[in-house]
Amino acid sequence: MKIIIPVKRVLDPYTQARVNKQTQQVDLSNAKMAMNPFCEIAVEEALTLKESGAATETIAVSIGTDKTVDTLRTALAMGVDRAIFIKTDSELDLQPLHVGKILANIIQREEAQLIIMGKQAVDNDNNQTGQILSGLLDYSLGTFISKFDLNSDSNSVEVSREIDSGIETRKLNLPAIVTVDLRLNEPRYASLPNIMKARSKPLETIELSSLGIDTSPRIKVVSVEESGTKDRASKQISSAEELFTELNQMGVL
Amino acid sequence: MSALILIELNGSEVSANSRAALTAALQLSDSVDALVLTNDSANASAAASMSGINTVKTIVDDSLEHANVEVASKLIADVMSDYKFLVSGSSTYSKNILPRVGALLDVQPISDVCKIKSSNTFVRPLYAGNVMATVETADDTIVMTVRATAFEHAEDGGSAALEALSPAMPESNSTFISLQESQSERPELTTAERIVSGGRGLGSKDNFAMIEQLADKLDAAVGASRAAVDAGFISNDYQVGQTGKVVAPKLYLAVGISGAIQHLAGMKDSQVIVVINNDPDAPMSRMADIVWQVDLFDALNELNAYQV
Ligand SMILES: Cc1cc2nc3c(=O)[nH]c(=O)nc-3n(C[C@H](O)[C@H](O)[C@H](O)COP(=O)(O)OP(=O)(O)OC[C@H]3O[C@@H](n4cnc5c(N)ncnc54)[C@H](O)[C@@H]3O)c2cc1C
Ligand SMILES: Nc1ncnc2c1ncn2[C@@H]1O[C@H](COP(=O)(O)O)[C@@H](O)[C@H]1O
Repeated sequence: MKIIIPVKRVLDPYTQARVNKQTQQVDLSNAKMAMNPFCEIAVEEALTLKESGAATETIAVSIGTDKTVDTLRTALAMGVDRAIFIKTDSELDLQPLHVGKILANIIQREEAQLIIMGKQAVDNDNNQTGQILSGLLDYSLGTFISKFDLNSDSNSVEVSREIDSGIETRKLNLPAIVTVDLRLNEPRYASLPNIMKARSKPLETIELSSLGIDTSPRIKVVSVEESGTKDRASKQISSAEELFTELNQMGVL
Repeated sequence: MSALILIELNGSEVSANSRAALTAALQLSDSVDALVLTNDSANASAAASMSGINTVKTIVDDSLEHANVEVASKLIADVMSDYKFLVSGSSTYSKNILPRVGALLDVQPISDVCKIKSSNTFVRPLYAGNVMATVETADDTIVMTVRATAFEHAEDGGSAALEALSPAMPESNSTFISLQESQSERPELTTAERIVSGGRGLGSKDNFAMIEQLADKLDAAVGASRAAVDAGFISNDYQVGQTGKVVAPKLYLAVGISGAIQHLAGMKDSQVIVVINNDPDAPMSRMADIVWQVDLFDALNELNAYQV
């Protein structure tokens, strides 16, 4: 079983996003970038399957500008077998529908049976790409998974999904797409020797334009503004009595 | 230019998410229908009593009790031929299904809409809500989820027409196995007026019971940080934040939570924020209306013993 892991390069999740008022875009020049945390979890799950002998090959795919190669190198250093880089030009504002169409093309070319991806990219917070991809390919879909097991028939998987009302367990026939949630696993760090080894692992570059996919934007960002948390004038208290008195005065009890 | 809302049921009741979706849909169109996918035709009547809906369309099939996404998305996409807008609340139910509907209709869906500026221009959060973007769509059909904290929850008072649809059920390549549902007598997290939320500072599942005790005293819902959920103090459906639930209660009381960007993303619109933490520099304190800098166990003991 071949596994494809789509990974995205995003602003480091612990860094505050800043808006460039002139360009009306989030300013990523000089910003610290990282692999989307959910994608790290997806990579970890694929590696575990490979190590258990269930997977034959793990392939990381990322779509983006030249710097995206860094993210693919990270995936290779974590342990995936090879990487595919879909190169875009810097002006292009890709949306999940485009990403889905590009990934569908690669998945069909590779004849992958299982796609493990993040539930959400923490830059645009869309939470859409896996679902869209499953619709385009008509594959079965398991979103927000916190548990994954390959069934002994090797034709299906059992997944537990974190949903608003609790945990739902489903069986998905392969080929399938799963999107991973935070509690699926603890992703490993790449060791120094593996970072060195990753440099010689295969990384194929494909020009997006060569795939013939329509990437004209469906959604235009008209403007952006920072809306970070506003500091509030906080009152210090030091007893339960004071707290209840304040809350009563504020009318929130 | 009519709109369809996808109804999400909580048992036999219409969820707050769907009530918010109705309010949003009525801002887009004065002709709003609803779609209920269910295993029990009786469930359509709850939707029909919301005020503002023309027709409630219902598809009844046993398999729809635990919405199978491959089936649901196909059924919805087919119904959409009569509509310009598809609106649903930002729940895991809709987030699972709507993007797949988008793919089937060749439409780029819009997630977590917080404001409708015009029939094609919307405001939505990026970067854990630290950036708000105004986006304009060029698609002819518009598919979106809306934040339940950003739109009023439509009230009952209507009596919509009911229409049963009976399409052929699409093939499915997945099967439902089980649902481990969280049971709680407390108010529901996303609609509660008050929330008492606990973090890693609680230290253990046993200690976390002190949070539950305080919640009961204040008739509040219980919430948690990711660290508290990861540590097993409480189950996943209590997580507040960027990747958990988004809440905006009258009162949010954060105990032993540091205030990471990802947590603030889920609660920063709360009306009154109270922080109990022994670290004066916890980022959470900066956005608090009231700060009690104290050992949280002392504070919880005192609060739980206090005679109101
Ligand atoms: C992709 C991604 C998504 C995430 N999504 C979410 C999300 O949805 N929700 C979320 O909450 N987090 C999320 N996180 C995690 C987030 O970054 C933080 O790690 C998490 O919120 C920390 O939880 P905490 O505040 O409980 O723990 P900590 O940061 O460890 O804070 C514990 C606090 O308790 C205080 N404390 C400890 N002991 C005591 C005591 N005895 N008395 C008083 N105070 C005490 C400490 O001073 C500290 O401020 C996400 C992270 C990533 C990378
Ligand atoms: N440019 C991209 N390249 C590769 N994978 C992507 C890209 N964008 C999104 N994805 C995948 O889709 C997931 C969900 O992203 P999103 O739907 O944008 O929130 C991510 O975690 C990735 O696995």
